[in-house]
Amino acid sequence: MKVEELDVDEKVGNVKDILTEVQKKRGILIHAFQSIQKEYNYLPEDVLKALSKKLDIPLVEVYSTATFYKHFYFKPRGKNIVCVCTGTACHVRGSGKVLEKIEESFGIKEGETTPDLSLTLETVGCVGCCGLAPVITVNEEVVGDLSPKKVDGIIKKVRGK
Amino acid sequence: MEKLKNIDELKSLRKRVVGETFKPDVPRIRICSGTACTASGTPKVVNAIEEEAGRKGLTLDIVKTGCQGFCQMGPILKVEPQEIFYQKVKPEHAKWLLNYTVAGGMPYRQSLYRENILSEPIPDMTDVPFYKKQLRIALRNSGLIDPHNIYHYIAVGGYSAIEKALGSMTPEDVLGEIDKANLRGRGGAGFPAGKKWKHTKGAPGKIKFVIANGDEGDPGAFMDRSVMEGDPHSLFEGMLLCAYAIGAEYGMIYVRHEYPLAVKNLGHAIKQAEELGLLGKNILGTGFNFTLDIREGAGAFVCGESTALIASIEGERGFPRPRPPRLSEPGGGAWGYPANLNNIETYACVPQIIEKGADWFLSIGTKTSPGTKVFALTGKVVNTGLVEVPMGITLREIIYDIGGGIMGGKKFKAVQTGGPSGGCIPAEKLDLPVDFDSLSKVGSMMGSGGMVVMDEDNCMVDVAKYFLSFCQSESCGKCPPCRIGTYQMLQILEKITSGKGEKGDIERLEKIGEQTKKSALCGLGQAAPNPVLTTIKYFREEYEEHINDKYCRAKVCSGLGSFRIEQEECFLCGLCKQACAFDAVKETSRSFLIDQDYCTKCKACYAACPIGAVKVEKQQKKVKA
Repeated sequence: MKVEELDVDEKVGNVKDILTEVQKKRGILIHAFQSIQKEYNYLPEDVLKALSKKLDIPLVEVYSTATFYKHFYFKPRGKNIVCVCTGTACHVRGSGKVLEKIEESFGIKEGETTPDLSLTLETVGCVGCCGLAPVITVNEEVVGDLSPKKVDGIIKKVRGK
Repeated sequence: MEKLKNIDELKSLRKRVVGETFKPDVPRIRICSGTACTASGTPKVVNAIEEEAGRKGLTLDIVKTGCQGFCQMGPILKVEPQEIFYQKVKPEHAKWLLNYTVAGGMPYRQSLYRENILSEPIPDMTDVPFYKKQLRIALRNSGLIDPHNIYHYIAVGGYSAIEKALGSMTPEDVLGEIDKANLRGRGGAGFPAGKKWKHTKGAPGKIKFVIANGDEGDPGAFMDRSVMEGDPHSLFEGMLLCAYAIGAEYGMIYVRHEYPLAVKNLGHAIKQAEELGLLGKNILGTGFNFTLDIREGAGAFVCGESTALIASIEGERGFPRPRPPRLSEPGGGAWGYPANLNNIETYACVPQIIEKGADWFLSIGTKTSPGTKVFALTGKVVNTGLVEVPMGITLREIIYDIGGGIMGGKKFKAVQTGGPSGGCIPAEKLDLPVDFDSLSKVGSMMGSGGMVVMDEDNCMVDVAKYFLSFCQSESCGKCPPCRIGTYQMLQILEKITSGKGEKGDIERLEKIGEQTKKSALCGLGQAAPNPVLTTIKYFREEYEEHINDKYCRAKVCSGLGSFRIEQEECFLCGLCKQACAFDAVKETSRSFLIDQDYCTKCKACYAACPIGAVKVEKQQKKVKA
């Protein structure tokens, strides 16, 4: 999505009738971040500057809001995103070991990206698949019931991509 | 789809779709397409079944339903009209399922559910212990209908409550019915929904909001996801009824972004409802307007708190705001307009109450907490998944009868209810009837309904540390009690679990915990110390063991205990020596020994030993000379 093409009225939805211009612009801020991140994989500085101009919100406010939410990133992310669930059910069924194993085999810690941008490793509070604990997601695809063998297979698959 | 102009048109549409969908003479497969079953392979199974049916020339109605609850056994499916329940279905089973059951009317024994490999298989879903004690109200349609098809929902009686309300009830009647049913908020605190609705209705001003809280951040809970993904229209109907009762025109559903399928299904369902004229302006020609928008969260746990959720909807940082004003009062809700905020599950219960009456609802559950509650049963139980049970059922029934007991025949230690804000309940309290009041009496809470079972291999201090570190990292940082209190408590727990605990640490934890509970601004901070306080209350001896004896009985915490190789069990494979990074494992001609002077208690040898010959024991007290 290009920032210039952002249609405030359309994004804010049915409530547009009762809101002021300022409220509408502020109201779609998080939505705008999400669309930008979908396009660029992270929130690039120049795009945020353009967004700040477009919505008449000071850049400092834009950053203040974006940095509050865990979901937004300010550095480029890898082509593959592996997300290890560390929710309660996964924790008691050994997600820590899964994380350790992936960390070791790629030489990065959670929250980091490999230098060649092939993989970003993250953790998430819960993906709501507790029945299959421990769970990881590989590019939005949920893989559950992990065993050491399955983790090996995933590592190989990510490497091969 | 044509817009319905009045209530009679909805009635005649229902008559038509009841005849057209779910025809009794067509063989039907209802396969679970919830997130967990999809991850275990539903799409492949569906493909295989479709292919096989095409090859055989069978007409087959495949209904891709929402989550059926029994996530562990996925993918699960039901074949009708024989009503045979299959679990762990693989693509290669498709051929046999069609041959035996669809064409021959016989069960295919291989894929039937068995309690263990020796017991007889159970072909009927209602006889499976996991489903036997369940009673489904909020999840009534999950597993029955395709969430992408509004006609399915209408065919099973959907939108008949709004039909009844708009046709023959005044808004006051609807409100009175909900108030009488004593429907308590399913999101955690259990505040009566009727009271909340009354407050919002009574607030001055014409513009009001109905907001559904789908920011289900509690790790270990996924019932709201199941409703949003599998039965979005029952959520809409509940919100419509609420809007009608309190006189609101605008609705919002706040969903966490970790649930992409829920966002997609909700969006699709809103479009269908708008096309049919069940959402939008002048609904069913009655002059009642109600529109719905979806707002996506962005990964902040605190946004499940009502005032923080409002801030997030407005596009601000998700900081909680001091109350009053409450959400239902002017100045408190979204953009200052009064708003009624309820949990997804609460709204999903509403249509049934209006349809069947408050007395029916009151006849289920306990006196103070009527109705049912959905629990996400997870952790170390045999059967994991979503269960909906009447209130007042005991923990023992949930864990042992429905959950099938503890995995691997181990000993039950505790059950954690209510997510990071709840507490741990020990074995002595297993016969506790589960409802809002009894759980808070023992120091825990209903929460959103997460239920994580722990066995003897889980260290309670480690569990408390886990929950606290979650709350600490999710604390928004606005108020000092939560920001600093949780951090200090976490530091003390880190100290205890790494073997550096001191006398007085437990008392310090209790003191900081009580203070944080009293002084934090929002629910997150007020409930954050709960896991620590309840584990201290019920498992104090484990804390004392960590501090005084430097020993973790569950052998989870590293840096505790003294390590020894049991010579009689050791078969000299040498893996422990390889694993040790500190050269503490010494090799003699016929044995391996651990040199206590070098050992850092990192547990590497313990983990490496294939036969469990490395023992962790209490440290021997040094005898004074």
